[in-house]
Amino acid sequence: MKIIKLKVNGRETELAIDERESLLDTLRNRLGLTSVKKGCEVGECGACTVLVNGEAIDSCIYLTMWADGKSVLTVEGLKGPNGELSLIQRAFIEEAAVQCGFCTPGLIMTAVEIVGTGKRYDREELKKLISGHLCRCTGYENILNAMERIIEETYKVVCK
Amino acid sequence: MYDIKSFYEAASVQDAIAALCADENAEIISGGTDLLIRIREGKAAGKTLVSIHNIPELKGITYDEDGTIVIGAATSFSHLTNHEIIKKHLNMLGEAVDQVGGPQIRNAGTIGGNICNGATSADSAASMQTLNAIVVLEGPEGLREVPVSAFYTGPGKTVRSRTEVCTAFKITKENYEGWAGHYIKYGKRNAMEIATLGCAVWIRLSPDKQIIEDVRLAYGVAAPTPIRCRKAEYAVRDRDISDAAIYELLSKNALEEVSPRTSWRASREFRLQLISELGKRALKQAIINAGGKTA
Repeated sequence: MKIIKLKVNGRETELAIDERESLLDTLRNRLGLTSVKKGCEVGECGACTVLVNGEAIDSCIYLTMWADGKSVLTVEGLKGPNGELSLIQRAFIEEAAVQCGFCTPGLIMTAVEIVGTGKRYDREELKKLISGHLCRCTGYENILNAMERIIEETYKVVCK
Repeated sequence: MYDIKSFYEAASVQDAIAALCADENAEIISGGTDLLIRIREGKAAGKTLVSIHNIPELKGITYDEDGTIVIGAATSFSHLTNHEIIKKHLNMLGEAVDQVGGPQIRNAGTIGGNICNGATSADSAASMQTLNAIVVLEGPEGLREVPVSAFYTGPGKTVRSRTEVCTAFKITKENYEGWAGHYIKYGKRNAMEIATLGCAVWIRLSPDKQIIEDVRLAYGVAAPTPIRCRKAEYAVRDRDISDAAIYELLSKNALEEVSPRTSWRASREFRLQLISELGKRALKQAIINAGGKTA
């Protein structure tokens, strides 16, 4: 076992982990952060996407050891002080971008990364930016609608 | 849990080399986007891993005093694509690695891993060949620099010894200043795909943008290793860009230099078709990117 220190959803966390663990397993099994979904486990479906130092990565193919000293963000870290949903989560609800919900947390984390860039993307660019996520229900249309909505909303706020 | 025998996070390049020398079964892991999947599949299970993931000196892109661009081997694909130096001088390479896997893979995977795993299908491979990139290797016997044209020895095999760490890639000024190019990846999907074929053309036009002063053509998956097609390059060098025959000349000569195989992704015949067609298209776009007007 190795002791590592990292920030998870804003909170300083000290953990004893096995060096062979993926960040996905650590987040789910040691910290109970079950928004992080275990899908393909080979970095293809994107269901396990989290942000490490602000960058979206597939946590199934990321060793927890690498997160030592870094900052990790999952969907649990998006809620407001009174448990409110974030603007991004609300955009997904408004646009009915959720069906079975398995791909949703990963897509939301990618949306957080995209919005964080502060750039305005068109639909074609958004398609490329969400290409690391598989959704078997929605056909992506409503997901792209939600992405467009959140980018428009954020852009308006930033440019006020 | 990954099937890893033991794991060591190296603090520096020297530390990594020492750890590699201490255990003859030890292997380097960097971004992990390739190796961890092979471990999961059982193909690379039970290994001792020396991680170079968090070594700061291996990340980033800088200029040497003589203007050589130095790309740290552990620089991620997305950092490469978005770096000002790359956007300014090596846009083709930035765009090539922007076609690797998907966004999350590009945030984790590294240029060093893409070259050192020895895959002919690596998206950076064809571009690196045309850039005459130099691979910097550091091992127990010290530092050595290998031209990328002499780096590959076979499918998945390179001249890098097990105890050597690839620290950087160098591209000298005469290989980027005044040059422009274009990379085309052919895959069955637009994302999350390994190239069926990759083609890069790097070109330098005369000051009046009429004559091809110099040109380089390279392919991935057209042979067991990434290859340059020097006969094809020679055939179109010093020609006028308005000469419609250059495209046919390039592709006809390239076909004599390649040796693609049939795999589950595509047949040899289809790859030959791609080699011919993508060569022409990449040349045309490279001329446009270099400021030339094509017919």
